[in-house]
Amino acid sequence: MEIERKLIKKASLEKLYDKLKANGNKMFAPINKDGKTEYHYNPSFGEVTFDHIQTVQSVKNTVFPKIENLIRFKSDKEGTDVTEVDLNQIPNAVVWGVHPCDAVGFIQLKSIFMWDYKDEYFNTRLSKLAVIGLSCSKSDEYCFCTSVGLNPGATQGSDILLTKLSNGDFLAEIITEKGKEIVSASADLFEAAPQEAKESNLAEVKQKFSHEEVTKKLKTAFEHPFWVENSLRCISCGACAFVCPVCACFDIQDETKGKLGKRLRCWDSCGFKLFTIHTSGHNPREVQSQRWRQRILHKFSYMPERNQSYGCVGCGRCSRACPVDMNIQEQLIALEKI
Amino acid sequence: MESIRKKAKELLEGNVVQVIIGYENGTSNKVRAAFIKDASQVDRLIYDERCVQNLAVYLTKHEVKHSGKMGIVATIPVMRTINMLIAEEQIKPENIVVLGIGEDGKLLEFADLHVMEDYLKKAKIELSAKDKEAIEKIKKMSVQERFEYWSKALETCFKCYACRQACPLCYCTRCAVECNTPQWIPVPASANGNYEWHMLRAMHLSGRCVSCGECGRACPLDIPVHLLTMHMAEESKKMFGVDAGFAMKMDSVLSTYKPDDKEQFIQ
Repeated sequence: MEIERKLIKKASLEKLYDKLKANGNKMFAPINKDGKTEYHYNPSFGEVTFDHIQTVQSVKNTVFPKIENLIRFKSDKEGTDVTEVDLNQIPNAVVWGVHPCDAVGFIQLKSIFMWDYKDEYFNTRLSKLAVIGLSCSKSDEYCFCTSVGLNPGATQGSDILLTKLSNGDFLAEIITEKGKEIVSASADLFEAAPQEAKESNLAEVKQKFSHEEVTKKLKTAFEHPFWVENSLRCISCGACAFVCPVCACFDIQDETKGKLGKRLRCWDSCGFKLFTIHTSGHNPREVQSQRWRQRILHKFSYMPERNQSYGCVGCGRCSRACPVDMNIQEQLIALEKI
Repeated sequence: MESIRKKAKELLEGNVVQVIIGYENGTSNKVRAAFIKDASQVDRLIYDERCVQNLAVYLTKHEVKHSGKMGIVATIPVMRTINMLIAEEQIKPENIVVLGIGEDGKLLEFADLHVMEDYLKKAKIELSAKDKEAIEKIKKMSVQERFEYWSKALETCFKCYACRQACPLCYCTRCAVECNTPQWIPVPASANGNYEWHMLRAMHLSGRCVSCGECGRACPLDIPVHLLTMHMAEESKKMFGVDAGFAMKMDSVLSTYKPDDKEQFIQ
């Protein structure tokens, strides 16, 4: 559908937030607490921040929780009874104030979870989620959305995208049918589109490399010494994968208590040594350079080829979170030149 | 800084070591580990107050240790870790050259590691005021308050294991959390699973932790997990008189048994 532009004043925005909350939506919004910004469930509007650069964690847990209960079971001598999880119990939710990079994260996740096998858990959560985006007015040196084909005001992935204007009011771009429904249900809160240009209110993020060029280079870079040289300091933790809005690898675990059990899907990371170890003891990715290579290749080579989507939105979270300065932007800039 | 570069150059040119593990400038005003294999690259090495990562974690890393003999820029916590790794037979003293950094930030050259042991025995080693204060605050809590404090602090943990991976003494090729026959620790990052993981980590480091604080610094969610191991280090010292990392020979507190143990239950 064609994007519709409207104005919403700050006071009306509070009303919209409260109304969505009152309608039973689980609100997930960023707040500043203890010197950092993170998303929390159901904060009051007053607590919600509109000028943060980026949260430590992404919003992927709204559609791909760190623990997803897949089935319940009961096992005894008679056999095993399996109970499906009632997906209807998943509440409607609104993820509020996500930056354009994170909104695109949902599209990239969809390219994984809805690729060949349609994942019901993911799909149900996504279908019950409304995405209220917020253009970036600030950025830092870790941000590189413009190098992966996005920008601080990109509309993809958001149902409604808000952009803070110079007087504190907001431009609302209505992007999807879901967004349109939200606006129609609160039509009195929206006004005619403002004159002010959206672009003048966006952060500047300089393009540092071309993701298409990186993809081209990666096709023949598998055996390049780059990987060993640039990953000696990587300590093989999963911090980068867990804060990433697109990393979607998981592990299936059964947890039992007596005769009752649950089958759970938990976040996993290709950085872990155990990730690819075979029962024979053989590990095809035995050393960290192979695992780091996998991380980059998956996002910038395998995904574009198989999923017609990149696996990186340029949010910079992995580089901010990395305890040993494995800065993905720095490495992608270098890879473009190999 | 110049003295480190000079020493590194000398060691590499003389083929005494094949790699120098030190610090270099990283991105965004960060510093990071550098692995210098060529004497022409020694100018990358730096040292200032930002250089706090415990580099000893790389001494047992496959791709680093296979470079050959290693020279390592070592602050006091790193020196203590080296002693621990030798005591636990994870590294051989003859494979290591220590470029020590003293309390004044100046380069210390040790003729051998016994000289390093002597230096450590005389060095003034204390927890930072911030860590001390945090530990005291938690110790003053009632059991219930303390349980609530840690439950809340550990709730957000998503088990990325940065704490474990950053720790040079968490070198097990297969961590207890990765054993599944039986499964000791739940894998999901649930409230109980998180609690059990961090308690296990603290216990496995009791009497071994050198209080470098690397686990806490590594945590992307700023969970102060280092306070757990630092507290256990204090307790080990108090109860067993063992302070980790001051000698290359040391018995492990929690896996050493004596017939004349002061505790009745063990006899």
